[in-house]
Amino acid sequence: MIQQAHALTKKDFMSDQTVRWCPGCGDYAILSQVQTVMAESGIPKEQFAVVSGIGCSSRFPYYLSTYGYHTIHGRAPAVATGLKIANPDLNVWVITGDGDALSIGGNHLIHVLRRNVDMQILLFNNRIYGLTKGQYSPTSEAGKLTKSSPMGSIEHPFIPCATALGADATFVARTVDIFVKEQREVLRAAVAHKGAAFVEILQNCVIFNDGAWKDLTERKLRDEHVIFVEHGQPMIFGPKNGPKKGLRLDQCTTLEVVELSENPTLAEMVAKQILVHDETNAVLANMLARMQPPFPVAMGVLYRVEKSTYEREAHAQVARAKERPGAADLQAVLHGRETWTVE
Amino acid sequence: MSDTPESQSAGRGSGGRKVEVLDDVIIRFAGDSGDGMQLTGTQFTNTSALQGNDLATFPDYPAEIRAPAGTLAGVSGFQVHFSSRDILTPGDSPTVLVAMNPAALKTNLGALRPGAMIIANTDKFKKRDLEKAEYASNPLEDGSLEGFQVVPVPISSLTRRAVEPFGLTPKQADRCKNFFALGMTYWLFHRDLEPTEKWVRGKFKEPFSSANLAALQAGWNYADTLEIFHSSYEVPPAKLPPGTYRNITGNHALALGFATAGKLAGRTLYLGAYPITPASDVLHHLARLKALDVITFQAEDEIAAMASTVGASYGGALAVTATSGPGLALKSEALGLALISELPLVVVDVQRGGPSTGLPTKTEQSDGVAVKFMTPVILLSDGYLANGAEPWRLPDLDALEPIEAHVPTDPEGFRPYDRDPETLARPWAVPGMAGFEHRIGGLEKEDGTGNVSYDPDNHERMTRLRAEKVQRVQRVIPPVEVHGDDDGPLLVTWGGTFGAVRAAVDKARRSGLRAAHVHLRWLNPFPANLGEVLRERTARGTPVVVAELNTGQLAAILRARYEVPLQTMNKIAGQPFRVSEVLARIQTLASTEEATR
Ligand code: SF4
Repeated sequence: MIQQAHALTKKDFMSDQTVRWCPGCGDYAILSQVQTVMAESGIPKEQFAVVSGIGCSSRFPYYLSTYGYHTIHGRAPAVATGLKIANPDLNVWVITGDGDALSIGGNHLIHVLRRNVDMQILLFNNRIYGLTKGQYSPTSEAGKLTKSSPMGSIEHPFIPCATALGADATFVARTVDIFVKEQREVLRAAVAHKGAAFVEILQNCVIFNDGAWKDLTERKLRDEHVIFVEHGQPMIFGPKNGPKKGLRLDQCTTLEVVELSENPTLAEMVAKQILVHDETNAVLANMLARMQPPFPVAMGVLYRVEKSTYEREAHAQVARAKERPGAADLQAVLHGRETWTVE
Repeated sequence: MSDTPESQSAGRGSGGRKVEVLDDVIIRFAGDSGDGMQLTGTQFTNTSALQGNDLATFPDYPAEIRAPAGTLAGVSGFQVHFSSRDILTPGDSPTVLVAMNPAALKTNLGALRPGAMIIANTDKFKKRDLEKAEYASNPLEDGSLEGFQVVPVPISSLTRRAVEPFGLTPKQADRCKNFFALGMTYWLFHRDLEPTEKWVRGKFKEPFSSANLAALQAGWNYADTLEIFHSSYEVPPAKLPPGTYRNITGNHALALGFATAGKLAGRTLYLGAYPITPASDVLHHLARLKALDVITFQAEDEIAAMASTVGASYGGALAVTATSGPGLALKSEALGLALISELPLVVVDVQRGGPSTGLPTKTEQSDGVAVKFMTPVILLSDGYLANGAEPWRLPDLDALEPIEAHVPTDPEGFRPYDRDPETLARPWAVPGMAGFEHRIGGLEKEDGTGNVSYDPDNHERMTRLRAEKVQRVQRVIPPVEVHGDDDGPLLVTWGGTFGAVRAAVDKARRSGLRAAHVHLRWLNPFPANLGEVLRERTARGTPVVVAELNTGQLAAILRARYEVPLQTMNKIAGQPFRVSEVLARIQTLASTEEATR
């Protein structure tokens, strides 16, 4: 990728458009992080193309000074695929939401992940339809009371990271709108990943689903309810000052939470069989993705492996096809194998 | 066996029998789906093309890939019309039918010309076979084929004997029988065996290659030695305009046209497609042309095929998608996005109904218009064009105009919706171009800046601008040409009905009637002079008939647009117009006109 001559700042990535999300919407925090990560990446501004579908989150491209395309409901992954194939040098982002990506666009999402087209896919999960003013979404919890489910939703929600893993995504991560530092780490990792990087960002909708994630985000609860995982590190969580907990496998190869001391030593963790995060382990990633309270919800890069990317392979085939003698000669191709001449 | 006046006796030929010269033959190969009839027909077609005949073909195979063997539902056919004249359709009624089983005979008998020749594989007219085809008695023996020239040949057993030396299983041996049948027809019509022999050698491994060649030769020898045919027939080469020709199907021509357009534009040719009959061959052909900077993307569904095509166009590729009926319905959403984003792309709709010939050999024109006007273009083809083959005169590549895009060069003051004063096209600034970063989307945009705008006046202005831009395509498309006479009925067509109607008008004129034909290649916008042509004729009271294979959609649009009295001729049977029925209509109109004069 081409490197920028002079360093860009976050400000360089702000567009002249007034941001129109509701005051207090989680989207503001995400926009700020994306601008920061873009600026520090060293990638020239014109190489970024941000594609979105329909929904509150999908207004995102208008607020960035890069190339941006606000497309149609659910189809952003397909549009982005065509774009990336047309120009593999671009740094492509898809901005989507739980309704956009998992309902109307579900088919496109699983296939872009399976094909491993190189791009960042940020799914803002607020567990509600915001733009259409408050219907339950495919990630709304069972029993959810909304305008379209006055007696409670009778659907089982998707766990987006598990869906992505099921679609054989090569990069699956989770973060939260207001976890500034952790979110930035995840976004950096997503940009660095060659392939489709799926990032679920838990996002608060102050208007239609306020406090959807408060069990995870509130200071007092956060330590008990969230675990940040990091490749090669033991998976422990708990308050900064106080006893920690760790994850291990029980006999039935499911996860369980184990009590630890305040400053657990390596020896203690080994003794208690605390697991070390291995982001290349799909089975582990799936277990982490599916942890729900009373388990801590896993944050960070849950899964990351290298695989060939669609756009590279497509262009490699073009290059290989050209090696065949005469294959690149349009005149010869038009003539085909048999011709005859009329005088 | 031909009703053409040009047929004549021309001495003795091979086997000491009479050779007749024919102007025009329609042969139909029919058998079970597993009998290789498509292959047989294609070989006959290619050989005839190499011998300089003009031709048109009509492959016709069952929708179910594995209909039960020997049943009426499982019949696969391939019709070849070849001639020493310029021909326009695959022909109304075959003059020769090769029937590999009773089901093939039954389903095709009705279409045959009186006196037509029927070459029947008698080995397959046993009791079981007749039952499967719902025949109570053997039609080859019960006199029901009186009036036809029946040539009974035990094709299966003769083939088995011919391929004996190659150690095939009975089943494998039986599969060579289409080559035996082909060999017979090659003798009958003086076709050269060589091109097919060459093809067989390249296509099949041993021992199948040798076995098929032996079957082909055995069929030829059988016809030559035994007096099963009274004559053989020669169809001299057609007098086509000078040039180098190849044989090509509509779908293949589309693929080559798009690849050429990519080269003319100096851009990657991108095809986003989802498999659908009868458009899939466009994908198959383009997938083999990667060396010409072609990239094909087989999408997860029709919606993604269209959306990715929009994305590729946004990224600066020459983008195309190809589909058919139901696929087009699914594409309409993302097509709307392309329209409001004003991005160039081509949507090919290979319609399932709607028939006949007139190859889309100028495919690259649609790309040219798309890019010049920054607009999606829908290119209509149909199933008959898609699979039917015709000789195609190769273009002179150097004479083709480059496809030039309106690419901005100065970032200073760049606005994504500033329009070219002539075409009203907006500039094509694609991601990656430094200094031109901008945002677009499906929401209405402010004129010029492209920023989201909910202003009512702006919306009206933008809507009118987009419509006016499409209207201005009129400036680059050719005017309609009236083929034929200044008076007499004028037939108006679009799409695949060209061949049948043009042939009928010509036939009428040769018989002394006055008639004319206008074929529309551009439907939105219409050519600039169309209104004038229609008004001038209708004002004089000359009948204008819009002939189409639907309930009259074009007629309705033309009436609304030009406020002229039009007659209609419609057929909604999933079948092409026959030349004879169009001719009958012209004759009726001519006689009423005569009477009212
Ligand atoms: S409705 Fe909810 S998600 Fe949408 S902008 Fe407002 S707060 Fe954000």
